[in-house]
Amino acid sequence: MTATICGTADEAVEGISDGSTVLIGGFGMAGMPVHLIDALIEQGASDLTLVSNNAGNGDTGLAALLATGRVRKMICSFPRQPDSWVFDGLYRAGRIELEVVPQGNLAERMRAAGAGIGAFFCPTGVGTLLTEGKEIREIDGRAYALEYPIRGDVALIGAHCSDRMGNLVYRKTARNFGPVMATAATATIVQVSEVVETGALDPEAVVTPSIYVDRVVQIGGAV
Amino acid sequence: MSLSKVEMAARVARDIPRGAYVNLGIGQPTLVADHLGPASGVVLHTENGMLNMGRAAVGDEVDGDLINAGKIPVIEPPGAAYFHHADSFAMMRGGHLDVCVLGAFQVSAAGDLANWHTGARDAIPAVGGAMDLAIGAKSVFVMMTLFAKDGTPKLVPECTYPLTGIGCVSRVYTDLAVFSVGGGTVDVLETFGTTYDELAARLEIPLAKA
Repeated sequence: MTATICGTADEAVEGISDGSTVLIGGFGMAGMPVHLIDALIEQGASDLTLVSNNAGNGDTGLAALLATGRVRKMICSFPRQPDSWVFDGLYRAGRIELEVVPQGNLAERMRAAGAGIGAFFCPTGVGTLLTEGKEIREIDGRAYALEYPIRGDVALIGAHCSDRMGNLVYRKTARNFGPVMATAATATIVQVSEVVETGALDPEAVVTPSIYVDRVVQIGGAV
Repeated sequence: MSLSKVEMAARVARDIPRGAYVNLGIGQPTLVADHLGPASGVVLHTENGMLNMGRAAVGDEVDGDLINAGKIPVIEPPGAAYFHHADSFAMMRGGHLDVCVLGAFQVSAAGDLANWHTGARDAIPAVGGAMDLAIGAKSVFVMMTLFAKDGTPKLVPECTYPLTGIGCVSRVYTDLAVFSVGGGTVDVLETFGTTYDELAARLEIPLAKA
């Protein structure tokens, strides 16, 4: 089934259940689906595991979601930033679990989930704290660690433009994790700046084909 | 005279081959870009999904959708390309990047790198793309001061901070000297405002003259 174009962000996040693993796109604020996160805060799902590169900036978006206390675990590559005080406070108070994953492994583990790969051997982090306890295998003289997929129940991502089927194009470095997360979740929910008629996007330029997209909401204007 | 940060950046830039694909780490290594003019033919990679990344954006050029790995707005020069995160890190891991330049807390004689975690009990661990870069780029250059603020050497027999990668560093550019590491010996390639003998006395590792 092709994507549903939703009228509001609230409608787009309906049905996200307690205990869900939620993949959240963005690198810093670029590509961060702030309106969907705000809607998720309103929606009230709790006991969440979040997967995102960072752990929130300032007091909005991801940081605001963390501040509700409804996040059990954060999986990310780079939680510590000058303006990550919400996460820092929760972590120091022992109120949130943290799994630090090297950035490329974060992306590749989600890619694996979306591509039906059961696990993969990766050289990143071999001999460091972050591969402790993982199976290490030597292949052609090089050591690799066994890494498992990260699958989401839901992905919340930002894109630039969608057609009515859910084909997506992105804008500049706001693309980042979006295309990978879109493949790795049971339900992919996208906020876009613009929804255009089907046929208006150059098929050669589509980055995320509609098969990966479930719901789309246009932010900042009626559809 | 020992080198300033800007002079260190210029020294690193001199060793980057013409036309190389290069990733510059967050912080001091970013300064290297100022010494890679258009004539260098160098193409900069940023881990958040862009090749041929431009300089920092100013004024009207600032666009929240166009940032570098340090989350600083940059510009899009002709020849730029965007790609998603899995592709960006495949470029590193797949051995397509020629050089990356990283900062470090410590580098060992064998070329082990420690640059992500001080191991302090209350520190929040954050690794970002450091481990992927360390094992991915064909050549890993480190740019750092040779001694910490308390005077302890940062080029060491064995890293005491948690490791980022094993045997991955080939060159170490510091304010006092340039070293080649990881090849069985630590070779002093060049000194600035000091001598080989002074360095040999202050460092706890056997040095060799290149």
